[in-house]
Amino acid sequence: MIIDSDVVTLSRLQFALTALYHFLFVPLTLGIVWILAIMESVYVMTGREVWKRMVQFWGVLFGINFAMGVATGVTMEFQFGMNWAYYAHYVGDVFGTPLAIEGLMAFFLEATLVGLFFMGWNRMSRVSHLLTTWFLALGTNLSALWILIANGWMQNPVGSAFNAQTMRMEVTSFTEVMFNPVAQAKFVHTVSAGYVVGSMFVLSISAWYLLRGRNTDFAKRSMTVAASFGLAAALSVVVLGDESGYAVSENQKMKMAAIEAMWETEPAPASFTLIGVPDVENHTTHYALRIPWVMGLIGTRSIDKPIPGIANLVEDTKGRINNGILAYDAMLTLRQDKNNEQAKNVLATHDKDMGYALLLKRFMDDPRKATPADIQKAADSTIPNVPVLFWSFRLMVACGFYFILLFGVMFWQASKRQLDKRRWLLKLALWSLPLPWLAAELGWIVAEYGRQPWAIEGILPTALGVSSVTAGQVWTSLGGFVLFYSVLAIIDAVLMVKYAKKGPDGLGLWPPADPAPNATTAPAHA
Amino acid sequence: MFDYETLRVIWWALLGVLLIGFAIMDGFDFGIAALLRVLGKTEDERLVMLETIEPTWEGNQVWFVLGGGAAFAAWPQLYAVSFSGMYLAIFLVLVALILRPVGFNFRGKVHDERWRTVWDYVLTASGVVVMLISGVAFGNLFLGAPFQFDDDLRMSWHGSFFELLHPFALVAGLVSLTMLLAHGACWAAYKADHIIADRAVRVARWTTLAYVVLYVVAGIWLAYGVPGYAIVGPVVTDGVSNPLFKQVAHGSSWFASYMEHPYFWLAPVLGFAGAIGVQLTVGKKGLGGFVCSSLMVAGTILSAGFALFPFLLPSRLDPRSSLTVWDASSSQGTLGLMLAMTIIFMPIIIIYTGWVYRVMRGRVTLDHVRHSGHGY
Repeated sequence: MIIDSDVVTLSRLQFALTALYHFLFVPLTLGIVWILAIMESVYVMTGREVWKRMVQFWGVLFGINFAMGVATGVTMEFQFGMNWAYYAHYVGDVFGTPLAIEGLMAFFLEATLVGLFFMGWNRMSRVSHLLTTWFLALGTNLSALWILIANGWMQNPVGSAFNAQTMRMEVTSFTEVMFNPVAQAKFVHTVSAGYVVGSMFVLSISAWYLLRGRNTDFAKRSMTVAASFGLAAALSVVVLGDESGYAVSENQKMKMAAIEAMWETEPAPASFTLIGVPDVENHTTHYALRIPWVMGLIGTRSIDKPIPGIANLVEDTKGRINNGILAYDAMLTLRQDKNNEQAKNVLATHDKDMGYALLLKRFMDDPRKATPADIQKAADSTIPNVPVLFWSFRLMVACGFYFILLFGVMFWQASKRQLDKRRWLLKLALWSLPLPWLAAELGWIVAEYGRQPWAIEGILPTALGVSSVTAGQVWTSLGGFVLFYSVLAIIDAVLMVKYAKKGPDGLGLWPPADPAPNATTAPAHA
Repeated sequence: MFDYETLRVIWWALLGVLLIGFAIMDGFDFGIAALLRVLGKTEDERLVMLETIEPTWEGNQVWFVLGGGAAFAAWPQLYAVSFSGMYLAIFLVLVALILRPVGFNFRGKVHDERWRTVWDYVLTASGVVVMLISGVAFGNLFLGAPFQFDDDLRMSWHGSFFELLHPFALVAGLVSLTMLLAHGACWAAYKADHIIADRAVRVARWTTLAYVVLYVVAGIWLAYGVPGYAIVGPVVTDGVSNPLFKQVAHGSSWFASYMEHPYFWLAPVLGFAGAIGVQLTVGKKGLGGFVCSSLMVAGTILSAGFALFPFLLPSRLDPRSSLTVWDASSSQGTLGLMLAMTIIFMPIIIIYTGWVYRVMRGRVTLDHVRHSGHGY
């Protein structure tokens, strides 16, 4: 059956938009919960009321964001079934499991405790509430772990094998799926990025209070927490991002080559192109500024291993497509005659390449009839969008280094107790607010857009994963999402700004005017 | 470890547990949302209504998210076929489920009556849409869906959104709606201020009555007007998960499994007993009414699941493509692993959920919402 390419394009667009949108809220949740946990720990240890009020104030902003994160997360789960039904069938046995475990182990925990975090202040002891907050933080972060184990398997599909009888991938070793090095590297990199987002959020808004001379003590304390946590996070996001890069270069050579705009294989150790203008037509990079050795060191952790370039990878791919066609043919034979020994052997030898034959399905019904020209076309289709990856990556990394610098300086200021002394620094902190989000979204683009044309690297091309729905249906849902999400984004932004501007003073949280009997209840009404 | 057949039956049962868990735990949240302005006449009363569920609805919704995840992992084709086939219906449910969290959170964030009124109706609509569409979808399971597989097991669906609105499916939708409205009203009777609880008692009685009538109508219709499906030829219960390896006939009775396993009748009996229990106990405004409505919900869903067994989603277009317990599951290894995970984590979930309800115990009074800062 020929796949409707409009449905593929629209479904991909919808997935990208809803994922990028969801990922505006997730990183903030991941980071700010730890900041709340740290603040509340200080409160419980010192008994100082201001720290409790800090938890409550930042908690209001966290609550607005959390609602959006939860709401838009449901979309992600639904979409695999709605728009990617063949994907769901083809890999549900492997990919569905971490998602289900995420629900059992993590999402249940965070969602059950979040209500108690807001409404339980007067109903339990300080330590019980603190534990609630810590487990809430743990739940959100475990949630990220399982989602990234699922995603890691899309990038590096270990621990699984194709079954010709059921026409799908099935788990062979769940331990391998769970301890997938790509998944582990992505998890630590992604949550650290979330910690940077959470820290910047607290840092920037606090800087605004200091610039206005409002809530000074409150803001300085918040800023100190944000600067310390943010510095640690910014350092780990870069270091662990490098780990992630190393993991990528091991199994997604094409993604690596595209990020580097490395058209031809370079002799080891490869140089790193700091900046340049990739030219897709002529397979070259103009005005390239190269730093010798660095790429080889990042990508291979050695000085003698070469990193393959795009042209060589395309050549390799042609070979894998040919092997894949053999596997595909054997699979068809096995479907008719499941005891055919010869076909079993062929499939066992080449099953890792069968996905490459499926690349041809975009152009023809039966990959076995492919001509060399078709194979060339399919092999060329494995080159991702080089300029987008090249620039997204560089911008993301530049942001990463900037964060280390900014949090480092703020940390220094905090330790000298001079946070409110340099107004230009405060302004810099305020205006840096959008950058961690930008970096996070760019990271998503590098990882997921860079994975194209694969849904599951080397196993299932994205185009094959779609549902048999009509373009009209996807237009309807896509239009609905654009409209609906835009309205929600506006409301969310308006509420965030409104409550940030109100501040702890405007909400009657700090300073405590007089110890009213209800002073300890959550403040959202004010 | 269990054999493949047993694991499949266990996962069929667990799918039922998750569905019932969702209907009981989140069903009353939907009911409360739908009844927000029916039972809450003033702003304070509506705040009471919301506060009866505010600390816990978010955790309750995970029953649904987990149900989706578990279906994805344990019954991938069921998840793929139903979600993509009923595309627009599922999209509507999704919109409703997105509006709920933001509705609960945003409603109180701006002090303006129109703002709150808009969110009240948004919450009401989200409750009604989910309750109704869940029932309609369930009704369509009995009618069979218009899908088939090709040899690659790629599914194609040959029907539109409006075909889902078959009169039988609409009755099923109303069964679900009245059942969960009653369930929500029972919660309000137990948890909300007496002024609201008294109204809730009346609503619970009427909706339960409507539910019983509709449930009986649906049952009779199912017996005489909706032909069932049956696997013909040898039934391989531990074979590979490929639906195309069997033959299915359309035209038998959905009550065949009840004849074969007479204890299945306990399920509808439980449903009726729950409904009678609601009538008898809801007036006391205690936990009893809610327990009875929970039994009613459980009995209803079980009775439908039993009638379908071993079918999960029959195809009226190409009966051979029908999804059954024996040929739509994940591999044995995945089912086993997921079972182990469920055995470890489900008790933990129940423990901390119970703890949260205990911390938040007690009736939410008007006095309370007037004197405390409200919610989040």
